[in-house]
Amino acid sequence: MTTTIIFTIVSLTLLGLVLALILYFVAQRFKVEEDPRIDDVEAILPGANCGGCGFAGCRAFAEGCVKAESLDALSCPVGGNEVMKSVASYLGMSVAEKAPQVAVVRCNGNCDTRDKTNHYDGYSSCAVMSTLYSGDTGCSYGCLGHGDCVVSCSFDAIHMDPRTGLPEVDQDKCTACGACVKACPKMIIELRNKGPKNRRIFVSCINKDKGGVARKACTVACIGCLKCQKVCPFEAITISNNLAYIDFNKCKLCRKCVTECPTHAIWEVNFPIRLPKPVESINVEQ
Amino acid sequence: MSRTFSIGGIHPGDNKISANAAIENFPLMETAYISLSQHLGAPAEPVVAKGDKVKTGQLIAKANGFISANIHSSVSGTVTSIEPYPDLSGNLVPHIIIKVEGDEWLEGIDRSEDIVREISMDSKEIIGKIADAGVVGLGGAAFPTHIKLSPPPNKKAEFLMINGAECEPYLTSDYRVMLESTEQILIGTKIMMKALGVKKAYFGVEENKPAAIKKLKAVASKGYKEIKIVSLKKMYPQGGEKQLIDAILKRRVPSMGLPIDTGVVVHNVGTALAVYEAIQKNKPLIDGVVTVTGKCMTEQRNFRLRVGTSFDTIMYAIGGFPKDAVKLVNGGPMMGKAISKMEAASVKSTSALLLLTDKETRRGVEGNCIRCGKCVDVCPMGLEPYLLNRLSRANRLEDLEVNMVHDCIECGSCMYSCPANIPLLDTIRLTKTQVLRIIRSRPKK
Repeated sequence: MTTTIIFTIVSLTLLGLVLALILYFVAQRFKVEEDPRIDDVEAILPGANCGGCGFAGCRAFAEGCVKAESLDALSCPVGGNEVMKSVASYLGMSVAEKAPQVAVVRCNGNCDTRDKTNHYDGYSSCAVMSTLYSGDTGCSYGCLGHGDCVVSCSFDAIHMDPRTGLPEVDQDKCTACGACVKACPKMIIELRNKGPKNRRIFVSCINKDKGGVARKACTVACIGCLKCQKVCPFEAITISNNLAYIDFNKCKLCRKCVTECPTHAIWEVNFPIRLPKPVESINVEQ
Repeated sequence: MSRTFSIGGIHPGDNKISANAAIENFPLMETAYISLSQHLGAPAEPVVAKGDKVKTGQLIAKANGFISANIHSSVSGTVTSIEPYPDLSGNLVPHIIIKVEGDEWLEGIDRSEDIVREISMDSKEIIGKIADAGVVGLGGAAFPTHIKLSPPPNKKAEFLMINGAECEPYLTSDYRVMLESTEQILIGTKIMMKALGVKKAYFGVEENKPAAIKKLKAVASKGYKEIKIVSLKKMYPQGGEKQLIDAILKRRVPSMGLPIDTGVVVHNVGTALAVYEAIQKNKPLIDGVVTVTGKCMTEQRNFRLRVGTSFDTIMYAIGGFPKDAVKLVNGGPMMGKAISKMEAASVKSTSALLLLTDKETRRGVEGNCIRCGKCVDVCPMGLEPYLLNRLSRANRLEDLEVNMVHDCIECGSCMYSCPANIPLLDTIRLTKTQVLRIIRSRPKK
């Protein structure tokens, strides 16, 4: 009885030792040489694995940073400039500062301004709906409202507003990873510079139809009237295919176009509320 | 024993309630809206300008590129504008808009009822004439016919196949054409056989159309011996060309291949009639037979409709939208698409307008897949729709390609048979287009 137990213990220990040795030598022989800096860079990164940088995940991005000769072309949208600076200082390189960006929904057609022309009862997905037909409103460019962008967001930063039926971006949570930009089949969402004090101006419409057609479909559509282009002192506005576009690198946020736009398609965000001009003719004393 | 294709297939209800309504000429509309992209391929280029007077049958837009087709005016009148106008899917595409004034036909078009039996042209002339007349496939895809009739030099056509299956429920336009223009179709078939240089043609008709089979057989026995009328078992989607070839010849079209790879060219009944009219009567493709049907309608109709008639004109002519109808479908209930804008106009390949009630169109609540395998049983291409659906929702394109999502013919049999009401086709169609784009963008070996 005792001999059997001793024999079992000894043989299993020997077997274990032999296998451990084999594994050790195999591991030594087929060792994958990896730059230890990749682990350290990965530790600096936020670890969201969102893919906003263009790499498959944070580890792949860390590898890309270590291998790259210059960090200027690489950027982590989640971590922003701070993370990129610490990555650069760890690797002993420099990095150009990038303006923080935010996703912007360029459609303004809510239930009041854009009438429904038909009722869609198919599978609730913008991508499926856009393969079937132009949409359930008169505008064939606008938001379909099934929330593919909401599903794609890993940061809980975009939600459907039940009042307007349009997606709304939470600017504090949005990291500008670009997942919603890719998810939107109508290409409505754009990444734009956040702007100083988060103030920004953009054309909240992508309708490329002629003015009359666009206006008929939606009362707040860009009709390509050229008024904003004429009033802009910085030549930041270009109009092509009956649609205005504001270049955020040239825009100086003077807000002249916002007041000029006859359909209120140009939006200002986070500006202080304009006080109405005092009307002089009112006699206060009476 | 009637034949059918070997795998899959379903038996949706027949509902051919408009089968006994004879074809009537639809009254002329006030304005014609003629789309410049009614066919597969590049849009045609207009050759008329605003203010021009046009006659019925006159060329108004010319084919632009290899895969494209000529477009002729279906009415006589004045061109009021060439501008974007909603198409069947609601998107704005360029249309030629013509104000109708009288009905003056272009000279040289034979409008008599006489049947011209003698085929005087040779193969090349026939194909040229078909291209001039703007004939496209009227089975649904609207592929230019002259391209289908000139196979690439390394491939040889053995047989011509005429598709008279009309497997979609409700649709009766092909049936009426087979009954009323039997000999014309057979002459059209003969013309296409001459163009292809083939000796034998098969004419597949489903056995739920006994009157058509009887009449076709009777006429074919008198002078059209080379055309064999094949009676097919009723099964959806037999009208798909791959299924038809399988049913009649037991040959399989390879994945990503065309029917010509098996030595067959398939054309629709309507196309055969259009070819007859183009060659023997010098009449371009400007009208087609359209079934207007639905259980909610008191009277079922089959119209000979000019291209460019807007749907509200049609609805007005049949006495307005029936009370309980909620959906107007262009095509049959299986593969047709709902029309979202009533101002849109008919195109060359329009074959049916189907009115459905709320009860008929209501979708069930989506449940969970219980792996019952019904969709796998009915898929005529031998795919696994439940798996493709899951992969599509996860957007795994490589796995989808391995599982042959690009072979899907979008017949909708899987969705029809699913007990859990899962929108299988909707999700599969979405990734199918993406996978096809990836495959086509790869460099050819």
